[in-house]
This record gives sequence, structure tokens and C-alpha cells, in this order.
Amino acid sequence: MIRVENVSRRSFLKVMGMGTGALVLGCRIDAEGAVGTARAMAGPAFEPNAFIAVSPDGTVTIVAHRSEMGQGSRTGLPMVVADEMEADWDRVVIVQADGDGRYGSQNTDGSRSMRQFYQPMREVGATARHMLVAAAATSWGVDASECEARLHEVIHKPTERSLGFGELAADAATLPVPSPESVELKSRDQFRYIGSETSVVDLPDFVTGRGIYGADVRLPDMVFAAIAHCPSVNGRAIGYDADAALAVPGVQQVVDVPGDGGVGGGFQTLGGVAVVADTTWAAFQGRERLAIQWEPGPHAAYDSATYRQRLEAAAEAPAHVVRESGDVDSALRSADRVVRASYYVPHLAQAPMEPPCATARFEGGRCEVWAPTQNPMGARDEVARALGIGPDDVTVHVTLLGGGFGRKSKPDYVVEAALVARHVGVPVQLVWAREDDIRFGYFHAVSAQQLEGGLDREGNCVAWLHRSVFPTIIATFNASARRASPNELGLGLIDVPFAVPNLRVENGDAEAHVRIGWMRSVSNIHHGFAVGSFVDELAAAAGRDAKTYLLDMIGPGRTIDLAADGVEYTNYGEPIDQYPLDTARLRNVIEVAAEAADWGSPRPDGRALGIAAHRTFLTYVAVVADVSVDDEGLPTVHGVYSALDCGVVVNRDRVRAQIEGAVIYGMSLALHGRITAREGAIEQSNFHDYPVVRMPEAPRTMEVRLIDSDALPTGVGEPGVPAVAPAITNAIYAASGKRIRELPILDLGGARRG
Amino acid sequence: MQVVRDAMIELTVNGRVQRVDVDPQMPLLWVLRDVLNLTGTKYGCGGGVSLCGACTIHLSGRVRKSGTTPISASADKEVTTIEGLSPDGEHPLQRAWQEFNVPQCGYCQSGQIMAAAALLARNPNPTDDEIDEAMAGNICRCGTYTRIRAAIPRAAKEA
Ligand code: FES
Repeated sequence: MIRVENVSRRSFLKVMGMGTGALVLGCRIDAEGAVGTARAMAGPAFEPNAFIAVSPDGTVTIVAHRSEMGQGSRTGLPMVVADEMEADWDRVVIVQADGDGRYGSQNTDGSRSMRQFYQPMREVGATARHMLVAAAATSWGVDASECEARLHEVIHKPTERSLGFGELAADAATLPVPSPESVELKSRDQFRYIGSETSVVDLPDFVTGRGIYGADVRLPDMVFAAIAHCPSVNGRAIGYDADAALAVPGVQQVVDVPGDGGVGGGFQTLGGVAVVADTTWAAFQGRERLAIQWEPGPHAAYDSATYRQRLEAAAEAPAHVVRESGDVDSALRSADRVVRASYYVPHLAQAPMEPPCATARFEGGRCEVWAPTQNPMGARDEVARALGIGPDDVTVHVTLLGGGFGRKSKPDYVVEAALVARHVGVPVQLVWAREDDIRFGYFHAVSAQQLEGGLDREGNCVAWLHRSVFPTIIATFNASARRASPNELGLGLIDVPFAVPNLRVENGDAEAHVRIGWMRSVSNIHHGFAVGSFVDELAAAAGRDAKTYLLDMIGPGRTIDLAADGVEYTNYGEPIDQYPLDTARLRNVIEVAAEAADWGSPRPDGRALGIAAHRTFLTYVAVVADVSVDDEGLPTVHGVYSALDCGVVVNRDRVRAQIEGAVIYGMSLALHGRITAREGAIEQSNFHDYPVVRMPEAPRTMEVRLIDSDALPTGVGEPGVPAVAPAITNAIYAASGKRIRELPILDLGGARRG
Repeated sequence: MQVVRDAMIELTVNGRVQRVDVDPQMPLLWVLRDVLNLTGTKYGCGGGVSLCGACTIHLSGRVRKSGTTPISASADKEVTTIEGLSPDGEHPLQRAWQEFNVPQCGYCQSGQIMAAAALLARNPNPTDDEIDEAMAGNICRCGTYTRIRAAIPRAAKEA
């Protein structure tokens, strides 16, 4: 339950452009953790932010406190508020919130927006509706039970009199907020917008070029900057030719940017040398001339080919047991047949279409930044730390994000803009080139995995051994970390939903030599690939249909309680009783995706279906890929059929769009994605050597089926990704007999593996 | 004594004559964005290469990547950017894009629409294969390709 307060007379209303006579409700959103449970709040410390306002002219203003990066949260969450409120969507205006502690966590990642805020948004909206109804009832001198809010007005049912929300705003503003218990939420059949197909509020801007992304911010006297980083992380500049850079027309200054970012350095800047100029282009040109000498630092020997050997060796040796039931060793010994396979997935880069960039102004000891960030409060805190000022002296304005995918949760680039702005004394827009984005990222972890499965005489799987070795995200914050965190282990490794009596999962140590970070679906990418592939291998070994075998592995519909097995399972930070690991839902999406793809019907020669399913961020997804393989072994993905169960669906269109996008994202990493290092430096730099799927590769058929569900809503940004790669490689196997155990599928004409 | 750094370059952008005093090598993209403040045209992959299409514009009616077009090559020519594609955002492609809810983050969409507009201008009825070929230079990292492929024929029908 959320605490809502009537703040109609508070001074901060000017922030929302509200005059007098408006009903303004504030609330403090602390939605980390459970939804729907009462949150204790100390009275005096309760500091609400304006959240909904109803103006006398009837305009309803709703604050969007989450970042918009293509997933539609900026539209979806206000839809929930407006629905409960009975507001007319055409009269709703959405205002983007700055980074502010009073909104609770604004960190827009982990597919959390709808999961954590669906219920609070409903409560805020319903509270506003109750107050408007109460105001109308009072003015008519009738009982509130005779009144009903309907599409931006309140109706007195017996007499059909009506008053608009705008007419009621001033009176409602004088009323006390009803107690949460007395606020009645709508029933599902009363929903007006939840479950609809609604265009995002930014759509007209998107098609006319008017949307303001990070680098579209323009401030008076603003200059542009580019920054050079050491090719290997944790290195630093020891000399450079500032004069050469300054000789470039338009270049104004060369600025040392100190930084303790890197492995162990969290979200701080890697440090380097910035060039300030009157255009972005001049800054890029000046940077080319710096001829920097680097002290390469402790990771200068990082070499992906060598590192791969170490990872693979580790994947073959016993490691830390992170889940165990039954006796895997003896079951493998007594199995009728043992299947073994190793899988390898390289580093990956998120590569959002808009490279990192930020604009900063430092004045009078305060810093104001404008940034495309998934993490406005993290940006505020990191900027404050780097500048040595208090977090309250930093304001973060969130622009539209040209994609995020996890990269823009890490505000190192915002820190850089702030440091340079302080140095030059005028507003600075610091832009990373695409090359910077690819080379200086927070990369998805490279991984080696080994699986062993024991089959009985009938081909049933009786033993499952999975060993996964990869550098951990924790190392980004603590350089000595070697083992995966419980969160990473819970992303498709220890939570495999199989009814196998003997099962052991192990995790081996690995060092990080680049910054490891999360990328759309995180460790589910490599775990989903290995697990999804290996089940298919077992099916092939058993000579059974892949889909039937997958269902048999999962077993009957039930909820799995890993804690009962003594497993430390974090369940994406949510209570397992509210978000159980439910195999019935997983089975269902498999059936629905298979039906969509017409599984089992004959295909032409060289063309076949592959299937995989995965529970990711509490959402259940199955993917069937329709793939042909030509005489040279090259695959074509003709169709992708997905089924998704994410509980209650708010905006059907955006949910489908997220899955369509995830399919393309998953195809990109499956077909092309590879980041490698040599002598500590990333070898790739742009879309020619880090290719992504383009239009001609996009499947001609893209079908997404949404499961109708009353379950609590869960995220959709990430869950569509993990099952894509194994569905494609399983289809390639079915079509050609070639088993792919290493990504990417396509090799760039002899590029180094690693 | 006055030092003249560069010769003035004159070009027409969305119907307006503009004179800019910049390095003739500066790509049109940065002139549009940083000098003329027309920020609808996006940066995505960088100078010297032409890999992502976010900077797609029309130069004398032909599709061009503004990020690899030096401003000197645009002198005395007509440039059309997303801001100038239609006066009111009602180009058939802009309408079709909205009907199909094509954009996700939206960042690539200026370039996508400009590339599609150039395609329709020379081929009013493109097949799926022709669409794929014409749009292959425009990356959408959000993966809106299947909707783009559906929206272009719809716009073609309306045009
Ligand atoms: S809509 Fe985001 S890159 Fe295309």
C-alpha cells in the first residue's frame, strides 16, 4: 500500500506548472521489494513528491518517474494511474521526473517498472478518483455512493447530473485523503486502458525528429567535448600533445580527467583526456591529435584467446557447488548413456543506438546534468562523489534514451561531463563516439560452461551436471571478486526447472579484466543458451521430439521451492510466494509457441524448427525459430514465434514490441555478437566488426502470443532475449545436423575466436 | 587584420538558405546538429564510416548519410532533414509509422523514415526484398524491422 497525501497547497507545485485551484496528490514511492504490502513510513519524514495534478481546466498531469528507453514505461505507468482515476487519456499530460530520492528507486533496469509500480500506481489513481467523487457528492449534497467517476467527470447516478474533473479540482483539493483501506480499486472488467493497445505519448515526436535525447540538449554558451580513454582499463595517461589538439580549428581546451573507474571502480569514469571544442566534430578531430602515451595498468595483458583456455579448463574441473540434489556422480556412473557438451559465449556489448553522452553545468558549487540515464539517482550520487559535493547539490534531468539495454545504468559518462564542465566553467556536452561505446563498455561476461547429462534406458534424463564459469559483475565494484553473486547464479543456472532426480550445479572462479556489466537479460543469455541447447542435445540422444522432451524434462505443473533444497535463490529480489517458479506457466508458453509455429508439421528439406523456453525476470517465454540452412551451412531465420506470460498485461502493443525487439536483439548476439580483447584492448570498434541484425536478416514472420493472465505483472524488457539463441541453434541442428555450441553462429571471415 | 578561417558555405536546409562558416571537411551531420541546431538527424556510428544510417538525410532529393558527407559537398545544394520532410508531420510514412507504432526508443527513426521516403520517391511500390535492400543501411538496435517492413507498403498505398 502506498501513502498518498494531499499536497495541493505546497510550494513545490510550481515545478509542475500548477497554479491555485488544482488538486495535487503526492506520494512517496518505496517499491523496492514486495508489492501490496504495507510500507512503514515515519510521519514527519514523509516527504511526498507531486505525482498527479488535476487543474481547473481539466488537464491531468502525471509524473513519469522512470526512464524511457523504448520500453514504453513513460506511457505504461501513467496508463495505470489514469485508468484507476477514470481520466480521459486525451487530457493527460506526462511530465518526466528529475532524479530525486523522494521517488524511491528510479533505477530503470531489471525489468522492474511494471512489476514494482503497477500496484502503487493503481492506488494513487484510485485515491484521486475517490477524492473527486467525494467533492462532487459534497457539492450536490448527496451520498458519495450515488456518484461514479466516468471518463473525466463524476456522475450523480439518480439524477444524471455531472461535474467535470476540472470543475471539481479546487474542492477536491480541500479534502482529506481517504484512508487506504477505504479506497476501492477497479475490478478487471472495469479497466479502460490496462490491457489495451495504446500508442506511446512520444510517438509524434519520434516520427518528426522532435524528441530530445541526450545529445539534443542545447544550453546557452554550451561547448562540446570528447574524451580519450586508455585502451586497457585501469590505465592512465602519462603524456600527450595538447598543442596538436589545440591546433584543430574549433578546439578550445584540453582537459585532464582524473578517474578511478575501471575494474573495481564501479560507475566512476575511467579517466582520460578530454578535448573541448565548439562542435562535437572538432572535439573528435582534436582528440585524434593528442598522441597520448598511456601507462596501460594491470589489465594490459588481457587476451581473449588465452583467457578462453583458462575458462574452459575451469569448466572441466570441480568447482563450488551452488545447488545439489540426489547423487549426480553415481547416477552418471550408472546411466545408460552420458551426454557431454561444452558451450562458449564471448563478451558482448549493449551498443544502444545512441552512444553514451551527457550535458553538465557547474555553477556556484552546484551541478546540473541532463543525461539519457537509466539510473538518475546513481548518476546524481556518482557525480556528487567525483565533484566532492553533496548529492543534494546535484540535479539530474532525464532525457529520452536512445536505447539503454543496461549500458545506461552505469553513469560513468555523466561523471565525465560533470568533471569537464567544472573545469571549463560553461555547460559542456560530452559525447562518446561509437568506437568509445564499443571499446569502453561494461561488457556482458564471457563464459565457458560444461554440461553432463545421464540418460536411462528409455532416454529419460536422470542426472544433470552443469558447471558455469564467467567473470562476475561484482568485480566491477570489487576487483578481487572471483565468484558469481547469488543474483547471477539465479539467472538461469541454479533455477533450472527440471524434474531430474540427481542434479548438481557448480560455479568456478574467474577474474575480470574488463568492466563486467549487465546487458539485457544478463547471465540468462549464456545460461539460457547452454541449458536450452543441452536439453535439445539430450532429446536428440534419446531420439525424441525436442518439444516433448523439453516438456518431459520440466515435468508436471508445480511450483519449485529451491530454498527447500537449501539453495540460496534470490528470485529477482521478489518473494517466492508471490512470484513462484511455476512450471505450469512455463509448460503453457511452450505449448502456445509450438502451436503458433505449427510444430510437428512437415517442412521442406533443409528447413526446420527449434525450440527453447526460459523464465527470465519472473516472466515465462518460449521461442520457436523456423530456420533453413543452405549448402554452405549458412542459416536463414524465416520466422520466430514467441509466447509470453508476464502476468497482467498493461499495454499489449508495447509488450509485443518488446518481444519483437528482444527477438532481434537475441538474433544479433546469436548470429554476430562478439567482443574480444588483445593486449588489454578491445579489438572491435563499430558496427562493421560488431555487427547487429539489419533489415534483410530480420525474420519475415514475427509472431508474439501473449498469455491472458491475472498473475502479478512482471517485466517484459529483458525476458524475450535468452531463448532466441538456443531456439535458432536447435533449429540449425534439426535442419542440418550441425550442432552449434559456441556463439556467435556466423564467423566474420576468419576473425579470431575467443 | 581579420583572419578568414574558412570560406562561407551556402546551402538550403528544409527550404531555408543557410550560410555557415566552418571547416569544409566538417560532415553535414555536425553542421546540422551543432551549428544549425537541427537535432532530429542523429549520430550513431561516426565519421569516415557509414554503418548505421541514423544520420540519413536527402541531398538534392537523393538519400545520403550526413555523417559521411562533408559540408563542402552540400554547398549550394538542397538538404532535407526529418524536420523538413513534411510541414506538419503528416507525410504518409509518418502517419504509417504511427499507425503501426513502429518506434521503440525512437533514436534511429529519423534515419529510417528518411531512407524509406527516398525509397518510395523512386519506387512507389517496393516489394519486401526491395524494402530490405533499401533499408539495409539503417540499423535499429531496438529491433523494429518487422514493423518498418509493414509500414512502408501502407504508406505507399496512401501516397
Ligand atoms: S527505435 Fe530504438 S534504435 Fe530504432
